Amino acid sequence: MHFTLNGRAVSFEGAGSRRLLDVLREDLRQTGTKEGCGEGECGACSVLIDGEVVNSCLVAAGQVEGCDVTTVEGLATNGGLSPLQRAFIERGAAQCGICTPGMLLAAHVLLQRTRRPNAAAVREALAGNLCRCTGYTKIIEAVLSCAT
Amino acid sequence: MRDVTYLRPRTLSEAVQLYRTTPGCRPLAGGTDLMVMLHARTLRPEPRGGAVLDLWSLAELKGVRRLGDILEVGAAEPYTGIIGSAEVQQHLPALAAAARTIGAAQIQNRGTLGGNLANASPAGDTLPVLLAYDVVVVTDRRSIPIDRFFTGYRKTALESDELITAVRFPIGRQVAFRKVGTRAAQAISKVVLAVSLTPARVAIGSVAEVPLRAHRAEAALEGGDVAGAIAAVADDIRPIDDVRSTAAYRRAVTQNVLRGLLDAFARG
Ligand SMILES: Cc1cc2nc3c(=O)[nH]c(=O)nc-3n(C[C@H](O)[C@H](O)[C@H](O)COP(=O)(O)OP(=O)(O)OC[C@H]3O[C@@H](n4cnc5c(N)ncnc54)[C@H](O)[C@@H]3O)c2cc1C
Ligand code: FES
Ligand code: FES
Repeated sequence: MHFTLNGRAVSFEGAGSRRLLDVLREDLRQTGTKEGCGEGECGACSVLIDGEVVNSCLVAAGQVEGCDVTTVEGLATNGGLSPLQRAFIERGAAQCGICTPGMLLAAHVLLQRTRRPNAAAVREALAGNLCRCTGYTKIIEAVLSCAT
Repeated sequence: MRDVTYLRPRTLSEAVQLYRTTPGCRPLAGGTDLMVMLHARTLRPEPRGGAVLDLWSLAELKGVRRLGDILEVGAAEPYTGIIGSAEVQQHLPALAAAARTIGAAQIQNRGTLGGNLANASPAGDTLPVLLAYDVVVVTDRRSIPIDRFFTGYRKTALESDELITAVRFPIGRQVAFRKVGTRAAQAISKVVLAVSLTPARVAIGSVAEVPLRAHRAEAALEGGDVAGAIAAVADDIRPIDDVRSTAAYRRAVTQNVLRGLLDAFARG
């Protein structure tokens, strides 16, 4: 089966009923995407399918045939971290880092669609992404600092 | 999970054919209910060496269509598409309101009405709204009125090889929706209500083994007796005592939410 991963054509063998999360991490060795709960609740496994944020633990890999998938590895620009990624580091928005890839992708979608989101909009956009470490405040500040 | 085959029909008729002829086959739409069960191997009956039948990209099951005085929502249209539909916002605001309460963006981008219906959880949040609108569930072979769809705890009127294709809503009915308590707020018991005055409809989720119509409350409302409806609804529902709260508490919450919705109607 074939799809586009971070702008590159990729393929995998085996049952399309496997979780996209496992195909990304095990077959394609893109381990930026994390598994938290495995039940759709935590958002650690968030990826973008055709620009929409989804939990890759709930997607059957066969369902992305022909789609554009973006993982955290695809956020870097010209080999360097994106402004959003740098803001997370500079503002202490990542501690253990398990939630960070998913947070970044959900925040990326928000910033693409809303040029100047307020804190409430950031909270709503990240409502499906849980963090056990930071208490969210620094994450929200990091996203707001990237509003253009 | 390597044993579960993935089937991707290109058309609805191919899907219908495959569903009929593949033993142990389960339809798959957004996967927000099914994929967890598949991975944890808690699916009953187990799809022994079976298959999932992917409905997600079937064009026939997508979109929102106007058919005269009916609005038809495709069974595999995700909540995000429902919320973003101008026709839904204009004609079915209660459906949009219910869809907005379902999970966060990740779930709204994948979850579907077909999945909510077939899963038939008593806590399914769109289901009281569907009851209050008297929707018709359209399948590959017939139309099922929603008040005959839920037949028992997580049981539906669907045949074992029947696919939901769409849900048909009448245009022009005023329905109000309210959901109290969420999955995250585990301390408070959840109650979901959808109410219409003409015709009188009081539909409630999470208070019985199925999403139900409160017939006694509806009869009172039909006669213009608001206080009677609020009193009667306590006898219509069948809540249980569990770790989160008591049946008596759930009755009181249901009455309060119904009172709030009826007050809002009275204020216009
Ligand atoms: C984190 C999280 C939060 C959630 N929050 C809510 C919530 O707030 N409220 C709520 O109501 N639900 C909630 N859900 C449950 C779920 O998202 C909904 O029930 C959703 O509508 C299911 O749709 P789906 O397309 O993902 O179904 P799937 O998982 O694809 O399928 C569910 C069931 O329906 C069957 N099915 C699907 N489509 C069809 C069809 N067209 N014809 C016949 N059978 C079909 C499948 O075989 C399966 O048995 C949540 C789930 C998660 C993981
Ligand atoms: S691992 Fe997918 S949502 Fe938690
Ligand atoms: S940084 Fe540890 S879960 Fe968010």
